[in-house]
Amino acid sequence: MADPMRIRATMQGDKVLVRVLMSHEMETGQRKDSAGNIVPAHFIQSVTAVHSGKTVLTAEWGPAVSKNPFLQFQFAGGKSGETVQIIWTDNKGDKRTDEAKISS
Amino acid sequence: MEEMIAGRRRFLQSGSATTVFGLFVAAGLIRPEAAFAQAGWNKDAFASKSLNDVVKALGGAGATPTNDISWGATPEIAENGAVVPINVTSRIPNTQSIAVLVEKNPNALAAKFDFPAGTDPTVSTRVKIGQSSNVHALIKTADGKYFVATREVKVTIGGCGG
Repeated sequence: MADPMRIRATMQGDKVLVRVLMSHEMETGQRKDSAGNIVPAHFIQSVTAVHSGKTVLTAEWGPAVSKNPFLQFQFAGGKSGETVQIIWTDNKGDKRTDEAKISS
Repeated sequence: MEEMIAGRRRFLQSGSATTVFGLFVAAGLIRPEAAFAQAGWNKDAFASKSLNDVVKALGGAGATPTNDISWGATPEIAENGAVVPINVTSRIPNTQSIAVLVEKNPNALAAKFDFPAGTDPTVSTRVKIGQSSNVHALIKTADGKYFVATREVKVTIGGCGG
């Protein structure tokens, strides 16, 4: 299981600004190790953000997203104190879900 | 003793099941990543090499160039190609998704973001850029039209100039 994500959700006027830092190798599958063997690709494929049971963002990623991915987006309809949940799944079937409270 | 034998039998059974799976993997019948591939992940789009192929794989016919996309904090010269900040905001009405493509990477498509109603068509992330390349922001609108904006990003790994 990968390390927890760091999620910050803050009110910016009437919108919620969400910033996420995930912990993942994001191995491209192009790199070779010191023995010359290709390091198998290992990367986050899908990301979903949920607020009050409603999906507010979905993303599909390839291995070209940087190691320890960063994601920022904003949505309307959230209030301070509510929860934003982020879910990712990688190409090996690993999954991680974390959440954060929206701060004013 | 009984239990131990039964336990060993179970172990052997599960072991052989794993081996059969391993053989399939080795024979290329099942690729490990395919075994876990997710329904939503567009394999063809992520395997595409060019902008046009990605548009086709996503189900579009072609993309119209536009200036209604702003690049925000996306740099024109990136010092470290492994971590290039990308910030795309669409001013095109009814923007449904934004895809980020790096032309000279082994596979062009880096990431695709879908915005349900209520979410602003703006996104920031960080991508890897192997060498100085055109970066495309591909926008899909709710009525299925595709628009594209392009910016050249120069990469200067190790300060060698790009």
